[in-house]
Amino acid sequence: MIAMQPQASNFAVPIDHMFDAMLALCGTVSLGVFVVMFWFCVKYRRGSHADREGRATQKLGLEIAWTLIPFLLFVGIFAWSIDLWTMLRTPPADAMPIYVVAKQWMWKVQHTNGRREIDALHVPLGVPVRLIMTSEDVIHSFYVPDFRVKQDVVPGRYTALWFTATKLGDYPLLCSEYCGTDHAAMLGTVTVMPAKDYQQWLKASASLAPAQAGRRLFVQFGCSGCHDPGSGIRAPDLRGVYGTQVQLADGRRASVDDRYLHDAIMLPAGRRVAGYAPIMPAYQSRIDEEDVLALMAYIKSLKAAPSEAEAGHAH
Amino acid sequence: MNATTFPGNVETTDAGYLVEGGRTLWSWLTTHDHKRIAVLYTIAITLFFFLGGAAATLMRLTLVHPDGRLMSAENYNKTFTFHGVVMVWFFLIPSIPSTMGNFLVPLMIGARDVAFPRLNLFSWYLYMIGGLFTVAALLLGGVDTGWTFYTPFSTMFSNSNVILVVVGVFVTGFSTILTGMNLIVTTHMMRAPGMHWYRLPLFVWAMYATSVVMMLATPVLAMTLSLIGLERLAGVGIFDPALGGDPILFQHFFWFYSHPAVYIMILPAMGVVSELICNGVRGKIFGYKFMAWSLFAIAFIGFLVWGHHMFVAGQSMYASIVFSILSFAVAVPSAIKVFNWLATLHKGTIVFHAPMIYTLGFIGLFTLGGMTGLFLAAVALDVNLTDTYFVVAHFHYIMVGGSVMAYLGGIHYWWPKATGRLYPEGVAKIAAWLMFVGFNLTFFPQYVLGYEGMPRRYHQYLPRYQDLNILSSVGAAILAVSYLMPLCYLGYSLFRGKSAPANPWRATGLEWTTASPPPEHNFPATPVVTCGPYEYRD
Amino acid sequence: MNATLPEAAVQQQFDDASQQKEAAMLGMWAFIATEVLFFGVLFAAYVVCRWRFPLAFVEGSAHTDFAMGTTETAILLTSGCLAAIALRQIQLDRARQSAVLLMITSALGMAFLILHGMEYHDEFEEGLIPGIRYTQTGPDARGVELFFSLYYVITGFHSLHVLIGVVVLLVMAIRSWRGAFSSAYYTPIEITGLYWSLVDIVWIFVYPAIYLVGSAG
Repeated sequence: MIAMQPQASNFAVPIDHMFDAMLALCGTVSLGVFVVMFWFCVKYRRGSHADREGRATQKLGLEIAWTLIPFLLFVGIFAWSIDLWTMLRTPPADAMPIYVVAKQWMWKVQHTNGRREIDALHVPLGVPVRLIMTSEDVIHSFYVPDFRVKQDVVPGRYTALWFTATKLGDYPLLCSEYCGTDHAAMLGTVTVMPAKDYQQWLKASASLAPAQAGRRLFVQFGCSGCHDPGSGIRAPDLRGVYGTQVQLADGRRASVDDRYLHDAIMLPAGRRVAGYAPIMPAYQSRIDEEDVLALMAYIKSLKAAPSEAEAGHAH
Repeated sequence: MNATTFPGNVETTDAGYLVEGGRTLWSWLTTHDHKRIAVLYTIAITLFFFLGGAAATLMRLTLVHPDGRLMSAENYNKTFTFHGVVMVWFFLIPSIPSTMGNFLVPLMIGARDVAFPRLNLFSWYLYMIGGLFTVAALLLGGVDTGWTFYTPFSTMFSNSNVILVVVGVFVTGFSTILTGMNLIVTTHMMRAPGMHWYRLPLFVWAMYATSVVMMLATPVLAMTLSLIGLERLAGVGIFDPALGGDPILFQHFFWFYSHPAVYIMILPAMGVVSELICNGVRGKIFGYKFMAWSLFAIAFIGFLVWGHHMFVAGQSMYASIVFSILSFAVAVPSAIKVFNWLATLHKGTIVFHAPMIYTLGFIGLFTLGGMTGLFLAAVALDVNLTDTYFVVAHFHYIMVGGSVMAYLGGIHYWWPKATGRLYPEGVAKIAAWLMFVGFNLTFFPQYVLGYEGMPRRYHQYLPRYQDLNILSSVGAAILAVSYLMPLCYLGYSLFRGKSAPANPWRATGLEWTTASPPPEHNFPATPVVTCGPYEYRD
Repeated sequence: MNATLPEAAVQQQFDDASQQKEAAMLGMWAFIATEVLFFGVLFAAYVVCRWRFPLAFVEGSAHTDFAMGTTETAILLTSGCLAAIALRQIQLDRARQSAVLLMITSALGMAFLILHGMEYHDEFEEGLIPGIRYTQTGPDARGVELFFSLYYVITGFHSLHVLIGVVVLLVMAIRSWRGAFSSAYYTPIEITGLYWSLVDIVWIFVYPAIYLVGSAG
């Protein structure tokens, strides 16, 4: 009914359904309130000859009714909304990751093969995409109205948003968290292309895949000096570490996920694994968020070291 | 107080508290009289309202053009920040509590003054000092963080007078706390003989619930603002990710205060509406006890929902689920109130004086605004609507369509009591209707704009949003006129208005049993209360 | 002892002395509730930061002066006890004894502030003041910086409250010496005592949070 807005993602139709239902419900209730108010005002205006005998000033049954009925309606709305919310927050395991770094006042996007773009995001039709986002400076928010998705982009952590584009075309990308002077100018375009075209587009601008770029940085910033196998310094072996659990020096356990890796590079103090000396420097002000993403891609690509037993049976 | 006769229409030539206690400016600036302090507040609040309104005017003028050519982006950002800061802290929060709360609560309970008159005066000075800092911040180049001061922008990136504004709001916050303290102690300790809790007018109940929120929430704001100031000054780092801090922690602290703050803005309005509707209907409120306790339910649950401002901020999915259901819960007592007000109209004898027009306007617009709140409480829908004009429309429906209309309704209703003058009723009705029309024209299009994807705090926007923006700005012009009208005719009535009798509305309530304006100590003798409120018998 | 003892000067808005006293007490309790919320924010921030940097907080706490902190605790708790006894004295019409005790309480508060000032001075020398003079290095330096930021904000606001209490206690002591209070009227002393108890209780939370991190076990 009210879907005059393009419905360009897998979320648009179910969310619009709910919005329309809410509109109908709330519209009816509001109309009801106005109608009753108007009717009573006319019927019981001073000077009218309406019957005013037995004016009640309390009726427990009525109070309970108009407490419980709204409450039950609200629970129903809540349940429907949570169903949609869970869908919004649960990306498919095979969703294609794309990295986004926001900064005043632009969007920097990097695809898995390394292809970069600014203030633009090309995505394939019908393929679930998961955006992994962070900010260089202040809080921004990634908003694509026609996809019905929005997620704040916060410095110092990764936030994620997923969707499957369902319609070809160009759609506005807007920043929706006030971020300073040119907040309103921080626009971009999301372009949905057929999946084949997207693959071609990806290859068109050859640049180093993130994992390879990451290896270069790994050497450039001196990480390899301690973390490469065979280095003289005792540092955690990073092969296969992504996705595992580690014991930290302060006694807690941590999952080696994106956030952990990011913080372990930027501010290692709180992320130190038990049994290692606190000698890793902090890279907070020395590398930017895009480089961290590249390093992470490299670390994720490192396969676990062969175990001793396997090595023994290798031949 | 005798229920069957109205001790009204006692002519008075005396100007009561306006003259007793001194006629000099100094006597006003050093007064202990709660009524004079209420007048001082009213004058200051009116000034700030029009300052905030001027900022809004500039904003709506700029938004006529999609390219925002009227103002630079920087200036626009400073303007909407000023609008928010002034309207929230220097108008809405003190609007009813510090004016009508101060003036009426002692009168309504049969007391001579509030419990702590000197603290009351001190609270006004705190308010003025805070206001001075804020205006200074404006004059020295403004602040561009938005009234929400999100970090790390406000602490690490903004090049504007953040500390000045933060100090101003901090100081004014203590004005709120002291007002709340005064009203709570007054209500507990100083009720006249026979004035049992369930005989209190609902306005007093509303002021009490508001005061609890004022006292418990505002200190959180004070500390949060201090932390912003310290971070800017000394690089403390609690909110700065570069130093190991968490910007979302700021949001939690800020909204822990700011959500209850919106209940500080609406609860007094609900109290005013209950008073006015009983007089307009010439009958008792329907469901008095439910009306009284729903105020406390709103106040209590209101402390538990702050995370609904942060559904997409990066908090956990499960936290959002909890905040969502609680946000639906807080709508239940509000719904109860609307239904009770409607039921109050039933079989009444309805008089459509200006206060009643404002009251009916409140009920309608509060309902509309509240319904849109349900959209926002539904997390999945909020994802699309948050940080767009839909939210802007929602809160303006509640705060302007709700609180401001109730404020004006109350000002009109108690104007004869406080000033001893009658205002021109015909013009007042026209202004009330004009306000209703102008308001809807201004803010209803903003729901559509938000739904269509126009974010808030945008100095320029995609051209397809222009038509609705123009409509909204036209509405704002009408609204502005409708606000200027009362300023004019109420001001005029101070000099040329007819003398008001003690009880021009033939209302119940202790405040109407004393002269208009009341003498300095309110009552010639302490009243003795023998019945409940709203004993209308005609 | 046969002269008429001071009664409350009942302010015009109150009906009688007992109403005035009850109002004052309720007002002070309400004010204390606001202070709990005020300091509550800082303790919440502390909890969050400590959860993120547990080791840094241990290290930071090790840099604080345990002896000074413990002495300060002893001073404040003693002063709280004396304030309570001062209240008891005036309830027994011993105005001068009460005055002396209030004076000592105030002096102890002042001693607390002086000791704390000395702590701040030492911390300045050691380069432990973020934003002004912070010279710590090492892997946990950032977390330690956060710890100290919280330390200064919490103890700073607390000390401000102590200072206000010191002044008010002094005023009460002088008034009591001059015979302003009696068993019939001692409300100002009672609410001052309540305020001072708040100051004490806040410190009871501050002390372990700042000085004793990692000291258990």
